[in-house]
Amino acid sequence: MSPILFWLFALLMLVAGGAVVVNRNPVASAMCLVVCFLGLAALFVGLDAYFIGVIQVLVYAGAVMVLFLFIIMLLDLKAERRRKLNSLALAGGGLVSLAFVAQLALVLRRYPDGHRPFPALDLANLPNHRLDDVRLVGEALFSIHNLPFQVVGVLILVATIGVVLLSKRELK
Amino acid sequence: MTLTLNDYLLVSGLLFALGFAGVMLRRNILIIFMSLEMMLNAANLSLVAFSRFNLGANGLPNYNAQVLVFFTITVAAAEVAVGLAIIVALYRSRQTTHVEDINSLKF
Repeated sequence: MSPILFWLFALLMLVAGGAVVVNRNPVASAMCLVVCFLGLAALFVGLDAYFIGVIQVLVYAGAVMVLFLFIIMLLDLKAERRRKLNSLALAGGGLVSLAFVAQLALVLRRYPDGHRPFPALDLANLPNHRLDDVRLVGEALFSIHNLPFQVVGVLILVATIGVVLLSKRELK
Repeated sequence: MTLTLNDYLLVSGLLFALGFAGVMLRRNILIIFMSLEMMLNAANLSLVAFSRFNLGANGLPNYNAQVLVFFTITVAAAEVAVGLAIIVALYRSRQTTHVEDINSLKF
């Protein structure tokens, strides 16, 4: 991925992420989160992870965000009225975030591998000399990680049943 | 100028810090939930960057990391469904999504 495109999408993602936190209106926040996820999907594609990029757009920017917007619509949330900001939470959250970023910068500066560019892919052994990313992810998923894959299936079933139970009028 | 692993890790860390700040600063439980999703995605970005950086013996990305990202996305989708159902149930009993109004478990 060319550095210009990378920084463009990274900046788009971070600005949209900041807008999610700053926006007072929940609908605007959700829309900014969609933009953030799309920028992230572009970064995934830039890292040759096409399958993950597509999943990111379909599942996150599509399904999950539609769910969020439905709930905002259902609850009929208005823009938050101005409340007194909790100065302790403001100081704590800002301080911990800043400390995290500072620590990250320190760690990254001393991380020797981090200063090397990404190695080139070896596509000689692949059909058509193209990265058939979906086949490779699928092979890993269905051979090495088959058991976790099935466990995730059970998890989704349990989550579905849980949501149905939670949405019932009264819990018995 | 070529891209290094550090660029991706830095962007991922910044997104995580933004999400964390959102969780700490915001009082609307839906926005807190959205910030949580941002933090999950930041972790995914660093996983994919490491997968592309540490090529396997065959010169292809390390697909174990991408399978882990796939599982993260799946679990996050299930988590969002359950979490939003809980928020709706909460709203039904309390008529609020403001975390400071939900304090009956507060000591």
